[in-house]
Amino acid sequence: MVGLEKPPLPKQVYIPLSQHTGKACIPEVRPGESVVTGQRIAGIQAAIWAPVHASLSGKVTAVQDWPHPVLGRAKAIVIESNGEDRVAEDKRKREPEEVNKLTSEEIRNLVFSAGIVGMGGASFPTHIKLNPPKPVDTLIINGAECEPYLMSDYRLMVEKTGEIIKGIELITKCLGVKRVIVAIEENKPEAIKNFNYELRITCLAGRQANYELRILKSQYPQGGEKQLIKNLLKKEVPRGKLPFDVGVVVHNVATCFAIYEAVYLNKPLYERIVTVTGSCVLNSKVLLVRIGTPIKELIAFCGLKEEPAKIILGGPMMGIAQFTDEVPVIKSTTGIILFNQKEARIYEEGSCIRCGACIRECPVGLMPCLINLATERGLWQKAKDYGALDCIECGLCSFACPAKRRLVQSIRRAKLELGK
Amino acid sequence: MKRKLIVSSSPHLHKDESVIKIMWMVVVSLIPAGAVGVFVFGLYAFWIIILGIITAVFTEGLIEILTKRKVTILDGSAVLTGLLLAYNLPPRVPLWLPIVGSFFAIAIGKQVFGGLGQNIFNPALVGRIFLMASWPKYMTAFTKPFDTVTSATPLALLKEAKFIEQITYLDLFLGKRGGCIGEVCIFSLLLGALFLLLRGYISWHIPIPYILTVGLFAYIFGGKTLFSGDWLFHILSGGLILGAFFMATDYVTSPLTAKGQVIFGIGCGIITSVIRLWGGYPEGVSYAILMMNAVTPIIDRYTKTRIYGTRCAK
Ligand code: SF4
Ligand code: SF4
Repeated sequence: MVGLEKPPLPKQVYIPLSQHTGKACIPEVRPGESVVTGQRIAGIQAAIWAPVHASLSGKVTAVQDWPHPVLGRAKAIVIESNGEDRVAEDKRKREPEEVNKLTSEEIRNLVFSAGIVGMGGASFPTHIKLNPPKPVDTLIINGAECEPYLMSDYRLMVEKTGEIIKGIELITKCLGVKRVIVAIEENKPEAIKNFNYELRITCLAGRQANYELRILKSQYPQGGEKQLIKNLLKKEVPRGKLPFDVGVVVHNVATCFAIYEAVYLNKPLYERIVTVTGSCVLNSKVLLVRIGTPIKELIAFCGLKEEPAKIILGGPMMGIAQFTDEVPVIKSTTGIILFNQKEARIYEEGSCIRCGACIRECPVGLMPCLINLATERGLWQKAKDYGALDCIECGLCSFACPAKRRLVQSIRRAKLELGK
Repeated sequence: MKRKLIVSSSPHLHKDESVIKIMWMVVVSLIPAGAVGVFVFGLYAFWIIILGIITAVFTEGLIEILTKRKVTILDGSAVLTGLLLAYNLPPRVPLWLPIVGSFFAIAIGKQVFGGLGQNIFNPALVGRIFLMASWPKYMTAFTKPFDTVTSATPLALLKEAKFIEQITYLDLFLGKRGGCIGEVCIFSLLLGALFLLLRGYISWHIPIPYILTVGLFAYIFGGKTLFSGDWLFHILSGGLILGAFFMATDYVTSPLTAKGQVIFGIGCGIITSVIRLWGGYPEGVSYAILMMNAVTPIIDRYTKTRIYGTRCAK
């Protein structure tokens, strides 16, 4: 397996104002202004949001429309590097004793000002999840890689085990939970070994919560919160409810690491781990990347075997195909996957033969073929009755369908129509 | 970047599976049974099969051209329908019979409903029932194996309460008996079925409950006294194995969920047994499957899967 690598610093970064669930930020810097690495450059007054930080030191050259990996195009702050990567002077590290004295409120504030969002792809602001409206008793740490092809979480778990556990402890303190479950898939033996070792030390040191390391079968889609809760606790989150309704909060390992960095290192979220892979890539790599780096620089760093026909940001099952390689890495970018012409081919859609493969695959227990039929006829209410709104868009139904029906696409369509 | 990037909706991975592959796999799995049929009944049976297939493919193509739809004759489904129809014919029917049957199966059984995936009834069985109703004389004229002398099938002999002395279980198993072309050799049918089961193209949920139900009924009610019936004979004879593994399992016309499929299988078993034991015909597999095809939409309605997070909610 490849180790974590750092590509050269980009000359220019394009930092979108919208990188989280919730309202987009408003720029707090103007073109021409100088910024340092880690400086807050955008924010807003809203219920759900997270601040955005400069990922380089240099000069703001523009605030302009730019390709966005999720939204297509959106406003971004452009920063030209001065090559120094200078960090703000007041950002000094905190000693462990200092961290121990922090109250939950202070930890939450640090997480908030660091701009941390769910790093598994969901990008929900983390500080909100640290303050659930109901008391919870169980914290699940999601070390199940969200999708095939991606190696970011694995790499992180192997190389930053101790740091992740420190992050977990901070979350534990905020939530006041007594039970922590670290869930890792069996295809990540090195991560399991490291966690086993480190957790034993942690438990010996007499920490507050009870840690359990649980090994999961490798099976997609494990990374979904609700699937994870079902697999680990044998209980389900009632329809329309959230995990905290059953007393559970789930955090991704990368988020735990970000929390560690924010609190111990006083480092806001301006860097993240990205897997670059796919059949067109010469050397697949796991990279530590500055937010806002155009993906073409990362692709160039890894080298190309052949010209890609499709570029996917995220995983192959739920990721988004991009129009251009100018799009920047954002806080929720887990991977960059490059497919060749053959893999990118678009299949012709055939008639449904009622084989039931989509039904057998669906982790939510839906009957995608029936939702598909309903949406084709514009019967939105029927699609809803069949549970279209419960679909987590994992893509397994479309993956399995021998007729290559565009099931997920039609369910998304139904969701849009029903949301009107 | 020189080339234009392909942009499509997720997922970006697809299983290496297609309708064409599935259909052809089922066709392949049926070849041994047909080969034994031809071996037992002679080359004439081979021409019946070929005519059944050619007519089915031709009819499908013609209708699709006439109605200006996409021509799908290579997807294997028409071949399969023609093949199954021919397998369900006695070995010495006149050669125009498979032509008429296949035409009817595709035209009325499938295309009238809108083509692949739209039909309610198994097309091959629709064709067979049509022939049964129109030319019963030909459809019930069976011959002895390795012979052209007409004789009755074991099930018909049983029905007429005739003594069946020469037929052993082994004969039934290997196909040395009277019957339709494709149904006689249980061994090769099971071989094909095993292949489909192992490759996951069919599941046990329909055929096993079907066969067990027939066996159970035969055991309880099939003898002179209760609980003395010859269940093995009932399972091995007639078209049960062919029907249970290759026709009742037709995706299009059977229920979607595992639960529904078990109900479907048991239903087929009950109807088949009732016809065989108390009805006017010696064999009931075709009728049983067609009747259960008709109730499949209802079964589907009551056997929906449970959506995550809705355990207690009602
Ligand atoms: S994408 Fe398909 S398989 Fe996944 S939850 Fe939705 S309907 Fe089910
Ligand atoms: S997998 Fe495709 S062909 Fe099979 S039932 Fe679902 S939609 Fe129909």
